[in-house]
Amino acid sequence: MRSFIGFVIKEFYHIIRDYRSLIILFAIPAVDLVLFGYTVRNELTRAPFAVVDPSRDQVTTEIVQKLASSHYLEFEGYLKNESDIDPAFKAGKIKEVVVFDRKFAHKLTHNRSAGIQLIADASNPNMGALITAQISGLVQQFQATHASGPPAGTPINIRSRLLYNPDLRSVYLFVPGLIAVILMLISALMTSITIAREKETGSMEILLASPLRPIQIIIGKVVPYFFLAFIDVLIVIIIALSIFNVPFRGSVTLFLCEAGLFELTALSLGLLISSWSESQQTAMMTAQGITLMPTFILSGLIFPISSMPRPLQWLSTIIPARWFLVIVRGIMLKGIGIEVLWKETAILGGMAFLFLFLSLRAFKVRLD
Amino acid sequence: MTTMITLIPLLQLVILANAITFEVKNIQLYVVDQDQSQVSQQLISQFQHSDYFTMSGWSSQVSQGKKAIQDDKANLAMVIPHYFQRDLITQKHASLQLLINAVDGSAASVSQTYTSAIINNFASRLTRASGAVNISTGHIGLDNHNWYNPQLKYSIYMVPGLLVLLVTMVELFMAGMNITREKELGTIEQLNITPIKRYQFISGKLLPFWIIGMAEMAVGLFVGWLVYALPFVGHLWLIFAGSAIYLLVMLGLGLLISTVTETQQQAMFVGWFLMVVFLLMSGLFTPIESMPLWAQHITIGNPVAQFIEIMRNVLMKGSNLRDLWFQFTDLSIMAVTVNALAVIRYRKTHA
Repeated sequence: MRSFIGFVIKEFYHIIRDYRSLIILFAIPAVDLVLFGYTVRNELTRAPFAVVDPSRDQVTTEIVQKLASSHYLEFEGYLKNESDIDPAFKAGKIKEVVVFDRKFAHKLTHNRSAGIQLIADASNPNMGALITAQISGLVQQFQATHASGPPAGTPINIRSRLLYNPDLRSVYLFVPGLIAVILMLISALMTSITIAREKETGSMEILLASPLRPIQIIIGKVVPYFFLAFIDVLIVIIIALSIFNVPFRGSVTLFLCEAGLFELTALSLGLLISSWSESQQTAMMTAQGITLMPTFILSGLIFPISSMPRPLQWLSTIIPARWFLVIVRGIMLKGIGIEVLWKETAILGGMAFLFLFLSLRAFKVRLD
Repeated sequence: MTTMITLIPLLQLVILANAITFEVKNIQLYVVDQDQSQVSQQLISQFQHSDYFTMSGWSSQVSQGKKAIQDDKANLAMVIPHYFQRDLITQKHASLQLLINAVDGSAASVSQTYTSAIINNFASRLTRASGAVNISTGHIGLDNHNWYNPQLKYSIYMVPGLLVLLVTMVELFMAGMNITREKELGTIEQLNITPIKRYQFISGKLLPFWIIGMAEMAVGLFVGWLVYALPFVGHLWLIFAGSAIYLLVMLGLGLLISTVTETQQQAMFVGWFLMVVFLLMSGLFTPIESMPLWAQHITIGNPVAQFIEIMRNVLMKGSNLRDLWFQFTDLSIMAVTVNALAVIRYRKTHA
């Protein structure tokens, strides 16, 4: 036990001595969260649109004014005719064009019906659909307030309550998610090179010749990084609460325990990669291949898992961040406790155990 | 190593592009039916027949509905109150309540829209059936068109961007570690005493990676066309011209990293950090237009953002050089700056 403690202290010194890497390890999560908290959003803001309006009468002007005053949209001006739309889209300056019928007001009063075409640059399908929905909604509102005669009331009145995030802010969705992803990347990265470095520099022989048992070496490698990563946890959670004002409705203690568990899972994954790789370069490339893109895409951070094809939904279950994401969002936004999150917690615990076990196995092989 | 570097990106391209969609499907609906009348039954069956909804449960207690949302068993709970049918028949008007899990705001508003559409549809059929004539004066008809991607397929929007990213990862890391490796191994000394000129050395280092990158781009485009039916609306030469300049930027950046770092580990840390920043601020996953203005200005210095813009606009809309002159100029300026810096730095450390 004493030699184990000595080993852990030695590992600590190793890390702390390289203060440059240390700064990187604390600065990266902080900078990443601040930067991405502001930039990773998908709501509509000031979407640029243009108008083709051959009639330019009172009604169309009023509609355009109504659209222009929405803070989701930004009026970029009138186009001469419909043949100008394609070049405007190609230059990428506008995302939607509203085309009014000729003699719009006249048709509306005399024919009791007039048409508007909404043409979306749907190369980004999500944005296209959002802008079209926004403009349709505003036009319908306009119609409801300006309809002459008896109001066409709908017989069923729908009252909606948006739970947990009533302003529909994507910050509330993304910042807790980013916490999960950033912790995953930084932790896996930290440990992925540790054992590979010892192999490359030849110091592995010395470690193996020491009275330390493989399990002690493996655990001893994780312990110091566990503390460092925990400081990262505190940094990112403080940023999330102070800069982005993400609500924290659940138990702080539970959050810290779960974060610790997730750290352990990610660090163990890094360690596993490390004991499989012969060089630091391979270790880093593997860590990158396994964690970066799959975590961003399959964890549910940005894209809803329930919309993915079945096989990919299955694949997503092996991504540790997927489970921690449910936990963080659950604790922070919904205020739920372990009685709901026990399944995710158990899965993370199982993964940590499995990764540690496998790296121990891989490590033993190197002994002979 | 080489096979890993070239195969993993392609594999990721083929698999991961499928996962990317904002489309909202399989909305889990929980029904709280306190009325239990004929009308409420009819309304519920409307949802059962919709492709967008899956029934997650049924109860007559509102608290059960709330619990289902809390436990992530349901995205949405519809509460049909007591006397729903009676009010609808006698007063021609009734209310119902939707409880929506809004943690994912954009998915929540989409499910709200779908649900309201089904309910309104049902309501208007009820009114028609009851003989009440709904005269709305001055109807404005809306007609929607989705250009360039009429089926709103997410994959053809994502594949060009993913391809850029995967090529970038390979190039940035390979180039980034190349000179650092020579430094670590000590072979850089041997190269320094050969009569080779510095620019010759730098371009000699760049050229093989540049060729690999162009080849990878070509293969990736082919795979995209084969697997995802990627549209090729614009000129292919524009794509390759863009790639040629873009690869110079990324390789130059890699070389710059390797001139300022001493070990492969440091080089990889820096490369990794740059990669994540480039990735999340590139507009690949979340649109640049949704960012605050200051962040939108920062993306002018992000080569990944500029090249993704070129790829998407040329492939999907058929934009030409005149439309994209800004992106091309921006990339060219970056290419010259970064490579000049790399050459200068290289001279400094070894003069």
